[in-house]
Amino acid sequence: MADPNYLRRDTLSLHAGQRPDPTTGARAVPIYQSTSFVFDDTDHAAALFNLERAGHIYSRISNPTVAVLEERIAALEGGVGAICTASGQAALHLAIATLMGQGGHIVSSASIYGGSHNMMQHTLPRFGITATFVDPRDPSAFAAAIRPETRLLFGETLGNPGLEVMDMGAIAKVAHDHGLPLMIDNTFATPHLFRPFEHGADLVMHSATKFLGGHGVAIGGVLVDGGTFDWEASGKFPTLTEPYDGYHGLDFAEEFGPRALIMRARAEGLRDFGAAMPPQNAFYILQGVETLGVRMQRHVENTREVVGFLDGHEAVEWVSYPELPSHRDHNLAKTLLPDGCGAIFSFGVKGGREAGRRFIEALGLFSHLANVGDAKSLVIHPASTTHQQMDADALTAAGIGEELVRLSVGLEDPADLIDDLKRGLRAAQKG
Amino acid sequence: MELTVDDRKVFATTGGKPFDPALPTIVFIHGASFDHTVWTLQTRYFAWHGYGVLAVDLPGHGRSAGPLLETIPAMADWLTRLLDAAGVEKAALAGHSMGALVALDAAARHADRVTSICLLGAGYPMRVNDALLQPAKANAHLAMDLVNSWGFGRNAQFGGHRVPGLWMMRGGLRVLEQAGDGVLFNDLNACNAYNDGEAAAAAVACPALFVLGEKDMMAPVKAARGLAATMKQAEVTVLKRVGHIMMEESPDETLDAMRAFF
Repeated sequence: MADPNYLRRDTLSLHAGQRPDPTTGARAVPIYQSTSFVFDDTDHAAALFNLERAGHIYSRISNPTVAVLEERIAALEGGVGAICTASGQAALHLAIATLMGQGGHIVSSASIYGGSHNMMQHTLPRFGITATFVDPRDPSAFAAAIRPETRLLFGETLGNPGLEVMDMGAIAKVAHDHGLPLMIDNTFATPHLFRPFEHGADLVMHSATKFLGGHGVAIGGVLVDGGTFDWEASGKFPTLTEPYDGYHGLDFAEEFGPRALIMRARAEGLRDFGAAMPPQNAFYILQGVETLGVRMQRHVENTREVVGFLDGHEAVEWVSYPELPSHRDHNLAKTLLPDGCGAIFSFGVKGGREAGRRFIEALGLFSHLANVGDAKSLVIHPASTTHQQMDADALTAAGIGEELVRLSVGLEDPADLIDDLKRGLRAAQKG
Repeated sequence: MELTVDDRKVFATTGGKPFDPALPTIVFIHGASFDHTVWTLQTRYFAWHGYGVLAVDLPGHGRSAGPLLETIPAMADWLTRLLDAAGVEKAALAGHSMGALVALDAAARHADRVTSICLLGAGYPMRVNDALLQPAKANAHLAMDLVNSWGFGRNAQFGGHRVPGLWMMRGGLRVLEQAGDGVLFNDLNACNAYNDGEAAAAAVACPALFVLGEKDMMAPVKAARGLAATMKQAEVTVLKRVGHIMMEESPDETLDAMRAFF
């Protein structure tokens, strides 16, 4: 049988979007630290502004270094195109603002990053966009929450903080049966472990700050368009299917077909909202993406070792990781995430809030901070830090027990990580 | 814009400006199982530079109603009825791959309606490998993957799209996926069965330009040069390091070659 002979994922991680610079021969992606780009002549300038020709004009809208990262993530996710943004939050906002205006409604998983929840629960309502939050494990709950004004279904591949595994095929079917797109935040899994477009999602977003960059040095986000959703057939998205006065009456779906959304998001969203990624950040994140495959493999291997140590430990109440048979979504995870469930998970320290605090204080290798997806191992105890103002009842309502500790397992020698956790658990139990 | 040909709806994009039949008209004809969106980086330029643009979806493709036309001559004849519907007496034709054969055949048999032809990714004979034809017949996704991977040159598989952020290897594939069952097989069959290329080339009286990709695996340069040699006034432009889908792989160079010709 003939073979399409596509480049494979680890190769794309290193090469997609870039060929050696034809002028200098530079093999690495150059940092084009330039706000703007010279036109050949007035006709060229006019043609660029009118999308008659393609090219870079101004780095708020596009930049050659950033464009390499955009293509690379689009290639890894299997999308038709991508836009890099100032942060993951900016990517989420860009998608929402491109899809809907005042009166729009989102049905979202309740188990999502707190920042995303804040945006949809507290901030977007001021602009007339509301959201309903539902159990990510229940496709029928998504269906029941859909209203005539709903324009998007949203969730995370692995929920936060419970690592709920979305039954993506079922939820995508709900979305498509209602003429709606499904967007997935794939930050925790990365395209190395899971590719939402292969399971029915239409849009993917990332906080590139996390595993894609992988070294904790640059903030960034990405919005990827799968090119799979038929905006015209849905009839619910006039921003994509009707002439846009802001671009000489351009009808994006008519002109760009499956690339309508990503073209509109750049032409309008980056132009007007301006949450662009700086080229220096794109360069840093590209260094991470080059080694994404080998890093994620090691992240998962280390996580399995650490989970194995903690699971059943006398000082540990519970461990929540989808690869464990005790996790509610274990079977679904085996099907959807055979290469691993990522490197972020939670466990409970016996002894509650105070034991959790002593555990954190005793750690020497895990860094205590508010981030995940770094090459270095990270830890946070919400009850004594980010959520310290909440009492036990309020924490329970938020799905966060006083004993909950979240780890982001890095790339250190797993024996050293386990030694560090032993120190912490000993200290936790001394109180 | 929407037109009516043979009592059926036909869609053509006009490059972002209302179509004016009084302007010199260029009709853009897509290749097998594609649609008007393959021409985006050429059509808008011409529309905003004094031309009337009709980038059509052939019957049964994109936004145009079926049924499919089964032969290249049938598509060429249909083009004249499209011109009638648009109120255009004569037009220049730009065709890609299968569309190039349509333009060639139309220029040969309807010389009074065609002012010039630009043939992109053209080759003759356009025989289709059985390894592609069989999965196309079965509507297997493999056929789309083969068209996608053979169509774009090896360089394109590394990316570097001229439109920032677009990933070439998925954009074209999505258009193929959106085409209905049987469309790709119908079109590949039409290319495979077309045996009038040499006679048509000899009969073409209007100016012709071939725009070819140096690395085109589907319509190799050699196959097009033979055809060009039999024509009365044909120019050939070969784009370096480019495969079959030059409008997207090398959009500016393709546009510049077309501008110099039209």
